[in-house]
Amino acid sequence: MGSYLTAFLVGGLICALAQLLFDLTTLTPAHVLTLFVIIGGVLSGVGLYEPLVKFAGAGATVPITSFGHQLVQGALRELETHGPIGVLAGIFDLSSAGITAAIIFGFVVSLIFNPKG
Amino acid sequence: MSPSKDKQKVKKQQALQQEFQSIAKRQKPKPPLLRNVCVAYAVGGLICVIGQAISKFYTTLGFSAEDAGSPTVATLILIAAVLTGLGIYDVIGQFAGAGAAVPVTGFANSVVSAALEFKREGLVLGVGAKMFSLAGPVLVYGTVTAFVVGIIKACLR
Amino acid sequence: MARRKCGAQTLVFHSAPKIMSAATVVGPLEGEGPLGTCFDVVYPDQLAGHKSWEACERAMMKEAVSLALSKGGLTAEQVDFLLAGDLLNQIISCNFAARDLGIPFLGLYGACSSFAESLGLAASLVDAGFATHTLAAVSSHYGTSERQYRFPTEYGGQRPPHSQYTVTGSGAALVTSAAQAGKTQAVTHFTIGRVLDLGIKDPYDMGAAMAPAAADTLQRHLLDTGRTPTDYDLILTGDLASVGRNIMLELMDLAGIDIHANYDDCGCRIFDREQQPVFAGGSGCACAAVVTLGSVLKQMHDNDLQRVLVIATGALLSPLTYQQGETIPGVAHAIVLEQIEGGAQTGNG
Repeated sequence: MGSYLTAFLVGGLICALAQLLFDLTTLTPAHVLTLFVIIGGVLSGVGLYEPLVKFAGAGATVPITSFGHQLVQGALRELETHGPIGVLAGIFDLSSAGITAAIIFGFVVSLIFNPKG
Repeated sequence: MSPSKDKQKVKKQQALQQEFQSIAKRQKPKPPLLRNVCVAYAVGGLICVIGQAISKFYTTLGFSAEDAGSPTVATLILIAAVLTGLGIYDVIGQFAGAGAAVPVTGFANSVVSAALEFKREGLVLGVGAKMFSLAGPVLVYGTVTAFVVGIIKACLR
Repeated sequence: MARRKCGAQTLVFHSAPKIMSAATVVGPLEGEGPLGTCFDVVYPDQLAGHKSWEACERAMMKEAVSLALSKGGLTAEQVDFLLAGDLLNQIISCNFAARDLGIPFLGLYGACSSFAESLGLAASLVDAGFATHTLAAVSSHYGTSERQYRFPTEYGGQRPPHSQYTVTGSGAALVTSAAQAGKTQAVTHFTIGRVLDLGIKDPYDMGAAMAPAAADTLQRHLLDTGRTPTDYDLILTGDLASVGRNIMLELMDLAGIDIHANYDDCGCRIFDREQQPVFAGGSGCACAAVVTLGSVLKQMHDNDLQRVLVIATGALLSPLTYQQGETIPGVAHAIVLEQIEGGAQTGNG
């Protein structure tokens, strides 16, 4: 899925758009990232994010927008197989790796290292 | 003080505030927008290219293109976690801005930097309780969005 | 009897309480800065072997106080009162340092204006005859204030060019009524400022938030004392940094008071903004303290300066007020330092 060129072009573009919001608005990074996750989720819901992933590969799966996509897809897949309760049950299915990795590696790194200031 | 004097005072205060705001706005240095956007583009793009390479690597190990997504994300998170622990990621972040914050590596950095910083308050009350103090909104609103989209889809069926 | 208060906000110390001794302890970045040689102790890093940033800051304050005491030839038991402030919640640096020092203690919070607040009050107690020796001390630390006010120190956020860098350090001054041999610097006036808020919301824009208070206190001080800017060799604000400094100059121009010739800011002096990664300049309680007690006192002793006005500025926000959408109030307090020859009183009115 995707190529090195499309990954660079699309991934870079998403970051550049976020930088514009950082510098031109009073939105904090937390606000911008939250907005991007929501946008990723909405695009996923209307079926536009999956084509982007096919086109840009990592350029679509690495930015935080992809997290929104994974959460929505998780919900929708469980909805298909188990009906409405699947919306609650399936949200974290696809993003489990990312969340688990962040927790585990965060925990381990905090045991080994110290903040340098 | 009489109501009209109060009104005068308020008006004067507002005028003073407006004049000051324009001075403050004028004196505030503008961030180097072109430089910031270009660097964010380049670094963010580069991190995605690295992600693409990692993904290709996992497909050679036998993962399908779609299945390679999880280990790729986990690998990027591991790299970012180590760079955060070594005290390097904050330098990258200051340099690249959104180019370091938007990729999943930025998410990892927010979790790991919080875990690192609050370890002084102990493993449970520090690391455990405060690990998601920065990344929390992303989790919460991603989940809310997924739930809303899911419910809408369920109703449309 | 000479009036002890002039105008609305200025206390006059006719007995000229003297700074008997002072000590400054700083972190590595401050030690590498343009004033590095003026400080007594430079720590090798921000932790210096302690178990947390907070423990390091506490140690810096204790060391500054102990050093000031030993330079003044006094023990802690001989000091009547300790007045101290810092930036942390519940001012834990001072509280815990005071616990270990055992001196009767008053904790103060004026954000970064705490230096003038503590020195002014310490001088007041001496001038009023309530104490013979008092100690004023403040501290701040980059790590402790980052994690409390902003983000974890390893967080990869990008700071805007107008942000400031909290000075890691502590300054302590021993104030006495006892006559001193040779040249000493005395605290002659203390102007207590009002809190002003002209609507700045950005917590990185502290210089702009504090400049109105600094301008107001300066004008008030000049009005109360009947002095003009040229009566001072140097007028220093605490930590407006480069952006706030320019705003201050504009505000004073608007007020028709020209301070271009002898005005500067401690936040601009403590770091080399070209060479060091400090954005607009220094901030924090220790900024005004170490620059005044380290560099200014030295310049006064060397006869480069005779009379200095130090206006320490504070931004009275907390992370909570920012999150609740409030604007940032500022306050500024001013103290006058005047060089006197041993035993002499200043002839001010």
